[in-house]
Amino acid sequence: MLVPISWLKNYVPVSDSPEELAHKLTMAGIEIGDVEIIGADWEPESLIVGHVLKVDPHPNADRLRLPTVDLGGGETATVVCGAPNVAAGQKIAFAREGAALYSPRSGKVEKLKRARIRGVESAGMVCSVLELGLGEDHEGILVLDDDAPVGTPLGQYLGDAILDAEVTSNRPDCLSILGVAHEVAAITGESVTEPDCSYPEDGPDIESKVTIEIADPDLCYRYTASLIEDVKIGPSPQWLQDTLIKAGQRPINNVVDITNYVMLEYGQPLHAFDFEKCRDATIIVRAAREGEKLTTLDGQEHKLAAPMLTISDTHDAVGLAGVMGGANSEMTEETTSVLLESASFNAVNTRLTRTALDLRTDASDRFERGIRSALAPIGLRRATQLIVELCGGTAAKGIIDLYPTKREPPTVSISRSRIQQVLGVNYPMSQVKRVLESLGFEEAEAPGGLIDLIEAVEAAPAAERSDSLWLKVPYWRADISIEDDLIEEVARIIGYDSLPTTMLSSSIPHWEPQPMTQLKDVVRDLMAAAGMQETISYSPTTLENLSRVDALDEETPPLRISNPLSREWEYMRTTLRANVLNTLAYNRRIAQGEGVRIFEVGRVYIPKPEAKERDLPDELEMLVGVVSGPRFAESWVTESDAMGFFDAKGSLEYAFNRLGIEVEYEPSTDSIMQTGRTARITSAGVELGVVGELQTPLLESYDLDGYPAAMFEISLDALLSVVGDLRQTHVGASRYPESYRDLAVVVDGDVPAASIQRIIDRHALVVRSAPFDIYSGEGVTDGRKSVAFRVVFQSGRGTLTSEQIDHFQRDIVRQLQRELNAELRN
Amino acid sequence: MTSPGIASQIETLKSKALSELESVSNLDALDEWRVSFLGRRGELTQLLRGIGSLPAEDRPAAGAAANQLRQALQDAMASAEDALKRAASEQDVDPIDVTLPGWPVPRGGIHPTTRIVREICAAFASMGFSVVEGPEIEWDHYNFEMLNIPKDHPARDMWDTLWIDYEDEDGERPMLLRTHTSPMQARIMESKRPPVRVVVPGKCYRYEATDPRHEWHFYQIEGLAVDRGITMTDLKGTLFEFARRIFGVDRKVRFRCDYFPFVEPGVDMSIDCFLCDDGCRVCSQTGWIEIMGAGMVHPKVLEGVGYDPHIYTGFAFGMGPERISMLKHGIDDIRLFYSNDLRFLRQFS
Repeated sequence: MLVPISWLKNYVPVSDSPEELAHKLTMAGIEIGDVEIIGADWEPESLIVGHVLKVDPHPNADRLRLPTVDLGGGETATVVCGAPNVAAGQKIAFAREGAALYSPRSGKVEKLKRARIRGVESAGMVCSVLELGLGEDHEGILVLDDDAPVGTPLGQYLGDAILDAEVTSNRPDCLSILGVAHEVAAITGESVTEPDCSYPEDGPDIESKVTIEIADPDLCYRYTASLIEDVKIGPSPQWLQDTLIKAGQRPINNVVDITNYVMLEYGQPLHAFDFEKCRDATIIVRAAREGEKLTTLDGQEHKLAAPMLTISDTHDAVGLAGVMGGANSEMTEETTSVLLESASFNAVNTRLTRTALDLRTDASDRFERGIRSALAPIGLRRATQLIVELCGGTAAKGIIDLYPTKREPPTVSISRSRIQQVLGVNYPMSQVKRVLESLGFEEAEAPGGLIDLIEAVEAAPAAERSDSLWLKVPYWRADISIEDDLIEEVARIIGYDSLPTTMLSSSIPHWEPQPMTQLKDVVRDLMAAAGMQETISYSPTTLENLSRVDALDEETPPLRISNPLSREWEYMRTTLRANVLNTLAYNRRIAQGEGVRIFEVGRVYIPKPEAKERDLPDELEMLVGVVSGPRFAESWVTESDAMGFFDAKGSLEYAFNRLGIEVEYEPSTDSIMQTGRTARITSAGVELGVVGELQTPLLESYDLDGYPAAMFEISLDALLSVVGDLRQTHVGASRYPESYRDLAVVVDGDVPAASIQRIIDRHALVVRSAPFDIYSGEGVTDGRKSVAFRVVFQSGRGTLTSEQIDHFQRDIVRQLQRELNAELRN
Repeated sequence: MTSPGIASQIETLKSKALSELESVSNLDALDEWRVSFLGRRGELTQLLRGIGSLPAEDRPAAGAAANQLRQALQDAMASAEDALKRAASEQDVDPIDVTLPGWPVPRGGIHPTTRIVREICAAFASMGFSVVEGPEIEWDHYNFEMLNIPKDHPARDMWDTLWIDYEDEDGERPMLLRTHTSPMQARIMESKRPPVRVVVPGKCYRYEATDPRHEWHFYQIEGLAVDRGITMTDLKGTLFEFARRIFGVDRKVRFRCDYFPFVEPGVDMSIDCFLCDDGCRVCSQTGWIEIMGAGMVHPKVLEGVGYDPHIYTGFAFGMGPERISMLKHGIDDIRLFYSNDLRFLRQFS
């Protein structure tokens, strides 16, 4: 909503600068996004109002003339002027030498220089709209109103500031200059003068000329109309055109301009019908018939359907209620008889209609915010008055005012105790009353019958009575229905900044554990500590992405977004694998040959199997990571080879170890991982996930060839079930020294190292063991392999002797022989 | 011979020995020095022998002085030996180029969104707020209706919505991607009685074109405090404290009226722009940067969850953590957060 300060001043005195006013309005809830100053560059000495005394012909040029201009204070100047419209008697904008003006020739603002034009000296210039920066017109000079005071700086006479108000959806009143004027009055302590809307009603009784019927009173709460005959359609007077242009409207003709002017002035949309095109002099407000068509004023043909509301004559729709008029009843130059409509339409229905037809207008913006029915006759009378005044018509006697269910202006109470309860401040009620009255609220009787009132007065102690107020909501406010709405009014006008600050003093609620939230944070920190970078990616994806990682389940297809922003983001992911692979591929493209270690902790969205009534999907928390590329950045210290399975597994082992859980890895398969390089991960019998190297064709499809990539996927819900409360138990360390032995055993080639280690580790005095060499070849039977372990022994009771350790080692070897057909090497 | 004669001999010997020690440059030379001064035929030994020929009353003093000299020379020799050994060992070491880089260590890191969310939640946790999470795919009921935003309410334009392709029997689309974390207000209050003090971080989605300041997929942090006696001055105090913790103790904050259907009065909180003195692009030339929307929980929202609004009051707030991160780190494009360019992400590890 564009608010020219000059227009605002018609209703309320404004002494603040535009910037100060913008700040005050913003603080009070009417956010001013931008302040445009008109004539900001106009210097008061060099641009002034002048009066053309006479116009002489130029001695050397037919198309140039020599106006002599009175500049006030007895000073005159003669200039050379090429404009065809300059004439004696005009008030014009005069630029002295040195004035900063837009030059159409150079396209820049330049200082006006003294010049001789075709042999005649020009002592200044008579300006066009373009030169002043007010518009595009350069055909002629700008002609000011006759009452423009000669000698006055132009900025003082014509300068203006336009506030761009970003009005929130609860404040249709501030989509009007008067609505903003009421705000300005309240925050500056001024008062508003509303226009007088009376006009001579010289025509015949309107009832004798017009028939109007509301067929759908649920969709049209009130319909008012006036009739003005013998109207002359033509251009609006300059002031009206200028005002509309500043407020962002394009002037059309006098009647249409007046409806727009009053809409901007009061916030009440109006529509003018060419009355002669309304057949049978009848208007019916009714829901559209199925398949009914209407071409609106913008030339678009719309197919209508109930419950869209139409304004119709006895045959067809002539307008779309609350949205836009029909082309069939449009004002033309021949129009002489104007039926003016000012109505109140159902807000929700207006919104549904404009959404369905994709036809958002200034009218629909106001109606869908729910403007008050009380506004309809006020706007009607104001527009009728202006038409009579400016278009030379005769208004019919009276107006049509159909108001099937009359609504009383709402009254709302406010009490000192509630203000205290909500704001935490104890304002005197006299101050509360003053603030609310400055906004146009009026003190009212408590609602209810007389008996109720007497009872209420008798029941309440005097002090309490004086501590509450009943207020009638002003006709332009549609957003006040409960006490807390009034409390906001009080707070925002007094100013939020003036409220004191306090710290919460109520009791702190019991802490409730949030195990998943905690686990996610711990896992993220562990992954980062293991050298991996966290990434976060968009949750919606494509079917192709899901199918590439074999995550499409025919039974439960992923949830689809019905209005996706792009095909790229249409389906809610059911796996994180594709996201992490895409992130890997993206970064591989950016940095060739750099090792990438990334992980994402995020949700996948698994639809519930179709039941009778659909439920929200399961949102499962997952951890997926991938490593690929050289293990180390190019380094002189060490050779770097490509990361693979054991790099991914190493990160996981680190995390599981720090989480304090025992985990087992066993050979497994996965539809995108290489069999033989894939392990299922379990802990305490719970399956946690999988780790493995990705299949080469999959990597190639991501342009990730060149390096292997190893991925892990862990269900955090499963992990949570084995991690328990994330508490680790302290185990005391032995005071006695450790001793180690290296033990190499030869086993069949397919015996997993983990089964050897399990047997070693179950010995009571083995504190840990680790494989350090795997060998097959010369010296080892074909089909067998040698696995060497470093085994660490320690006792809590004393230092172990060499003989004791030899004895333990023999025990272990015997068990390995028995269970795994192992033999000691060498 | 008289005792003063002995004393001067001792002094002469001391200065001679020490000055010769200074020119000793290796261990062999040091041993020669030892033999010539402290050895069995050394000069000190010779001198000591001479003491026996002194008168009996002079002997103790001369003996003590000579022993002091022995001790001094032995100490000097020990430290000279240390220095020579250290020098010798340094000559054995192969020098390295200390400017070469060390062993590579993989650098892991946490996403900037995770970091700022943690920071913000920690600030509120220290004021007694618990951290809870909720579903990203929501019902219209929680995302809008329970928040006093009925169907076809014009305020719905503030939250352009991505809808799940699913219609119920009435032909309505009840399932959506939550447009804010506010639906958790109703879910939390439905599940427990006051007092409530929570913050809710999580992903949100909007049907919105992206630009450097807008992302359709983003995080939000919701806050809610409800109990008897919570007032708007508490709202101001709590959020002011938050701003001090996140942006520094010198920050100024500004509260102004704004509209959200689920609060009344509604609040917009800004902090003074710390990037400029008199207006810049980030603060749109105003000197203030909007940080969050807030307000006193609307009585209809309380009624909807079965809290008596005559007894309980509270405040709610919501903010965009990426925006706060952008301000803190000078990030000029919100789309960097989820494009997952490691060159961006690694800067905040």
